[in-house]
Amino acid sequence: MLGLLGKKLGQTRVYDDKGVLYHVTVVLVGPNRVLQCKTQESDGYNAVQLGFDDQKEQRVTKPLLGHIKKHNGAAVKRIREFRDFSLPVKPGDVVGATIFAKGDYVDAIGVTKGRGFEGVMKRHNFRGGDASHGAKGWRRRPGAIGQRLFPGTVMRGMRMPGHMGQVKRTTQSLEIIQVREAENLLLIHGSIPGSKGDYVVIRESKKHPKSAAKEAKK
Amino acid sequence: MNQALLDKIESEQFRKNPMEFGVGDSVKVHTKVVEGDKERIQIFAGVVIGRRGRGLNSTFTVRRISYGEGVERVFPVHSPRVDKVEVERKGSVRRAKLTYLRKRLGKGATLVKEKEGRTEVAAKASGPATPAPAAASA
Repeated sequence: MLGLLGKKLGQTRVYDDKGVLYHVTVVLVGPNRVLQCKTQESDGYNAVQLGFDDQKEQRVTKPLLGHIKKHNGAAVKRIREFRDFSLPVKPGDVVGATIFAKGDYVDAIGVTKGRGFEGVMKRHNFRGGDASHGAKGWRRRPGAIGQRLFPGTVMRGMRMPGHMGQVKRTTQSLEIIQVREAENLLLIHGSIPGSKGDYVVIRESKKHPKSAAKEAKK
Repeated sequence: MNQALLDKIESEQFRKNPMEFGVGDSVKVHTKVVEGDKERIQIFAGVVIGRRGRGLNSTFTVRRISYGEGVERVFPVHSPRVDKVEVERKGSVRRAKLTYLRKRLGKGATLVKEKEGRTEVAAKASGPATPAPAAASA
């Protein structure tokens, strides 16, 4: 399972070599610093710990700095572990956009934009009421939420107005359209959660893993 | 910095030699069409009735009368599938969008006045007043 930490920069459109236009999200994915390699023997599972977005040393807590120094990394803002990293890396290494290639499929994990307190039409795609036929004050309301004396209660999980957005979401199976090594950018087909400047995780697709794609090509 | 990177990605895809035509011009648009394995050039000839958008997102609309039916096609300016645009005739128009052509029937729908005559007159009239172009030609 390959993965990188990144930052969403924005969306644009690119033509491929056939002249087909793709809408893409531009993600800055480097440098990602390898901070620690966990192994079955020492930790009970295999994983690689990556750090992203370099930071002044004075801004990092001392315990974290001690951990980073131990594995000769650099101070970073975000840290995440990836289980069973399928590249041979060791602490102190730097990985970037090139671990993915054009045509690979990835999942993008991010925190969606916060919408605040929203009604049922926006939050749950309810239809609302009639716009005409004498409708008054009933255009965006949820309608009935229960039955009669029996069961005499509102069912659990009834969809109602409330806070929307700012939750972790994963968009699966997005194709990589371009890998730009010089700027450490990935151009990913489609949209990914979060606003510009938000941190995202770009991970090898669960449904279309990289190894499967390679075997298919053979 | 982020916007600069996005701008860079977009500007890399701009057409190397910009197409020079204006609204009202009669043009032939050469488009690359892929049929199976073969690629050939298809020509769409008509009058440019508008341009819109900026940068990579800019497009232009060409209108022609095909078998008595008005046909409009929108082309992205920077698409690699648009091979080139040949200007048949410069048009002289006073609007940015020639949507009024849609209402016209027959000859009026295809005819936009030519520019040549007008520009000559304009050049003669403003010749002495603007020495810059004269100096450039000399």
